[in-house]
Amino acid sequence: MPVGGFHPGSALSVTHLSLDEIGHILEQASRLESMAPLPRARLYAKRRVSLLFYESSTRTRTSFELAAKSLGADTVLVSALSSSIEKGESLKDTGLTLRALGAECIILRHPNSGAPFLLARTTGVPVLNAGDGIHEHPSQALLDLRTILTRLKKSSRNLAETTLRGVTVTIVGDILHSRVARSNALLLPRLGAKVIFCGPEALLPAEAADIGPGVTVERNFERVLEQSDVVMMLRIQKERLAGLHLDLEEYMQQYQLHSERLKKFAPRALVLHPGPMIRGLEITSEVADGANSAVTEQVRNGTAVRMGLLARALDACNPSGKKSGRKR
Amino acid sequence: MKAILIHGGHLVDPANDVDDARDLLLVDGRIAAVDAPGRLNTLAKKQNARRIDANGLIVAPGLIDMHVHLREPGQGYKETIASGTRAAAAGGFTAVCAMPNTSPVNDSAEWTRWMQAPEREARVRVFPIAAATRGSMGEALTDYVELKAAGAVAVSDDGKPILRDDIMFEALTAAARAGLPVIQHAEDTRITQGASMNAGAAAFRLGLRGMSAEAESEIVERDIELLSKMADRRAHLHVAHLSTAKALEAVRRAKQKGLHVTCEVAPHHFALTEEAIADYDTHAKMNPPLRAGSDRAALIAGLLDGTVDAIATDHAPHAIHEKEQEFERAPNGIIGLETALGLALQVLHFQHGMALPRVIALLSSQPARLLALEHRGSLAVGCPADVVLFGANEDWRVEAEQSKSRSRNTPFDGWVLPGRVHITLCGGEIVYDAGLTS
Repeated sequence: MPVGGFHPGSALSVTHLSLDEIGHILEQASRLESMAPLPRARLYAKRRVSLLFYESSTRTRTSFELAAKSLGADTVLVSALSSSIEKGESLKDTGLTLRALGAECIILRHPNSGAPFLLARTTGVPVLNAGDGIHEHPSQALLDLRTILTRLKKSSRNLAETTLRGVTVTIVGDILHSRVARSNALLLPRLGAKVIFCGPEALLPAEAADIGPGVTVERNFERVLEQSDVVMMLRIQKERLAGLHLDLEEYMQQYQLHSERLKKFAPRALVLHPGPMIRGLEITSEVADGANSAVTEQVRNGTAVRMGLLARALDACNPSGKKSGRKR
Repeated sequence: MKAILIHGGHLVDPANDVDDARDLLLVDGRIAAVDAPGRLNTLAKKQNARRIDANGLIVAPGLIDMHVHLREPGQGYKETIASGTRAAAAGGFTAVCAMPNTSPVNDSAEWTRWMQAPEREARVRVFPIAAATRGSMGEALTDYVELKAAGAVAVSDDGKPILRDDIMFEALTAAARAGLPVIQHAEDTRITQGASMNAGAAAFRLGLRGMSAEAESEIVERDIELLSKMADRRAHLHVAHLSTAKALEAVRRAKQKGLHVTCEVAPHHFALTEEAIADYDTHAKMNPPLRAGSDRAALIAGLLDGTVDAIATDHAPHAIHEKEQEFERAPNGIIGLETALGLALQVLHFQHGMALPRVIALLSSQPARLLALEHRGSLAVGCPADVVLFGANEDWRVEAEQSKSRSRNTPFDGWVLPGRVHITLCGGEIVYDAGLTS
C-alpha cells in the first residue's frame, strides 16, 4: 500500500490500509474493548495524543478522545476557534507546535480534502484522519465494517476478498459531499461486498461509480432496497443545498427511509447512519429506533475501532523506554 | 567590434528552413554570417572572434516564451524580472513575454516601460503583455495604442477571463486596430468557483471540486463566435494555455474556417495528467488544471498536426510557504522556464517522433510570428544574436533546489530530461553558460 513519506502509524485513507492491517486493527479493538478499564489505562499511560479539530464534531471527537483516555493517554484538544489558527497560523506550523509539545499522534478533522496528508508530510508524526473535507473518514468506514461484520455474524479474523461476498451495501443520499460514502466505497468492495450509491443526480454525479471496482450508481431507491443487505442513510446537508437543484419534498418522497418502505422492500436489511441524523428527513424515527437499526452500535463500535487505530499509531512510534501495548 | 564564432554545431533554424551542419558568426550582437562548417574561419579570424565549439550540439534560435509570470512589480518574494530572466536563460530562452497580473496590474504605459527598464536587470529580452482591461477587471478597455507604443506585444487579462461578450468584442476590435493580439485565459469563472482540479472521477475520488472541460471550451467557442462576427480581418484571438480536447477542437474548426485564431499549450499539459496530483501534491495544481489522459493525448495530436501554434510555459513562481498549504488553498501554477525544452524534446521529439525543427519552431519562430516580434526566433543574417546551444540527446537531472528562479514549485524535480542547455546567448552576450563547452 502506498504510504510514501507518511509515518506508518498514520491512517489517512482506507486505501493505505492492507486487509491484514485492518484485521489487526479490528482484533485490537475487540481485545481492548473487552479489557478491564484500569489495566487498559496502563497500556499507553501518559502517551500524548492531540486532537486537532478545524470543524465541529460530537461523535468523532468524543469517541477519539474517549478511546485515547481509555488507553491511558493524555489528550489535548485544539480547535480552530480559541487557538492561534484564528490568528492565521498554518496547518504545518500548528502541527509542528503540537509535535514540539510532545504529540505522538495527531487526530485531525479538517474542512479541506487532503489536509491530513499535508499534516503527515510536514510533521512526520502519525496522523489519524478524522474526516477531511468531502474526501475520507477512514475510522468511520472501519466502525461501519465492524458493525456489519458483527450483525451479519461474520468473523473479523482473516479478512479476505471473500469475507463480504454476496453482501450488497447501499449508500443513500448526499454521496457528493460525503466522506463516509467515499471511505466505505473504497473499503467494502475490497472485502467482496457490492456497493451501490443511490441518490438524485444533484447529489450523486455519474462519475462516482468510477471511484473504484465494485461500485455502481442507481437512482431508484426502492429497486435497490430489494437487493440490499445493508442500507446506509446519509444526512442531507441542508447547508450545502444552496445552488443545487433539489426539491426537499421530492427528495423525501423518493429517498426517505420510512417503515413502510423498509418493510415492503428490505424487511431484513441492516440500517446504518453515520450521524448526525435529521429525523423526519432522510430517515424516520421508527426506522432509526427500530430493530433493523444499528445506529447506536455504530457509535459504540467507533470507540473500539479508534482504540485500535490509536494503539497502532502509538505502537508505530514506540519511543524507547515506554512499554508497548501490542502483544506479539 | 565583438565577434563570436559558433562552429562545428548542427544548426536548426526553422524560420529559414535550415537543418544542417553550419557555423555561425555573431558580430556586435547580430548574426553576421551563416555558412558551411569551416567556411567562416577566415572571416572570424579577421574579426578576432572568440570561438565556441558546438561539436555535437544543436545550435538554434534562442527560445521565446510567450507566457510567463515574472511577478514584478509587487511580488518580488516569488520572482523578480532579474531572477525570472536568469531562469529563462538557463532554460535556453532569450525572450519572455510577461503577463500583466502583477501588483499593481500592468495596465499602463508607465508600468509597461518600467518592466523593460535597465534597472530591472533582465538577463534576456522582456516583452510585456499589458492588461486588456483596466485592473484586469473586465469592465473598461485599456489604451491599446499607447500600450503598444510603450512596448506591449499583446493584451490579456491572464489569470482571469474577459467574460462579458461586449467587452471581449470591444477588446478584439480595439486590438485589431492597434495591431495586437488578444490573449484569452479561457475559463468560465462563473462555474469554476471553489474548483481546484479537473472535473471527473479523480476529482470525485479526491473530494475536490472540479473544473469542467466546458468551462474552458465554452469561452473559446464564445470568443471564436465573436471573432467570426468581426469585419476587421486583422483581429487576432490567441488562446492561452489551452488544456482540453474540446477547446482544441473548437480552435481546429475555427482555423479550418480561416479565422485568425491561434493557441499555445504548456509543457505540463502535454507531459502530465491529473493523476500527478496523487496525494494532494500542490506542485500539480495549476490553472487550467492538469486534465485527463484523453485531453493530454489530444493536445499531443494537436501539437503534431499543427493545430497548436506554440509551446508556452505559463511559468508561475510561488513561495514555498504558499505551496505548502491545503490543496484547495494553495495558489495555482508551477515554474517552467528551465524544463520546457527538456519536456518538449522528451515527450514530442523522442516519444512522439516530432521532427526537431518543429519542436524548435514551436518554442521560437512560432511565438515570434504570433506576436509579430520582428527578427526574433530566426538566425538569418542581421537578426539579433539570440542563440541557444544544447545537447539534444544529453540527459540531465532536474533539481528544483538549483533553479535560477526564486521559487521551487515544480512537479518535475528529480526528473531526467534530454536537451541539456550548454550556452544561451542574447544579443551576442553569453547570458547562461553551464560550463560544459570549451
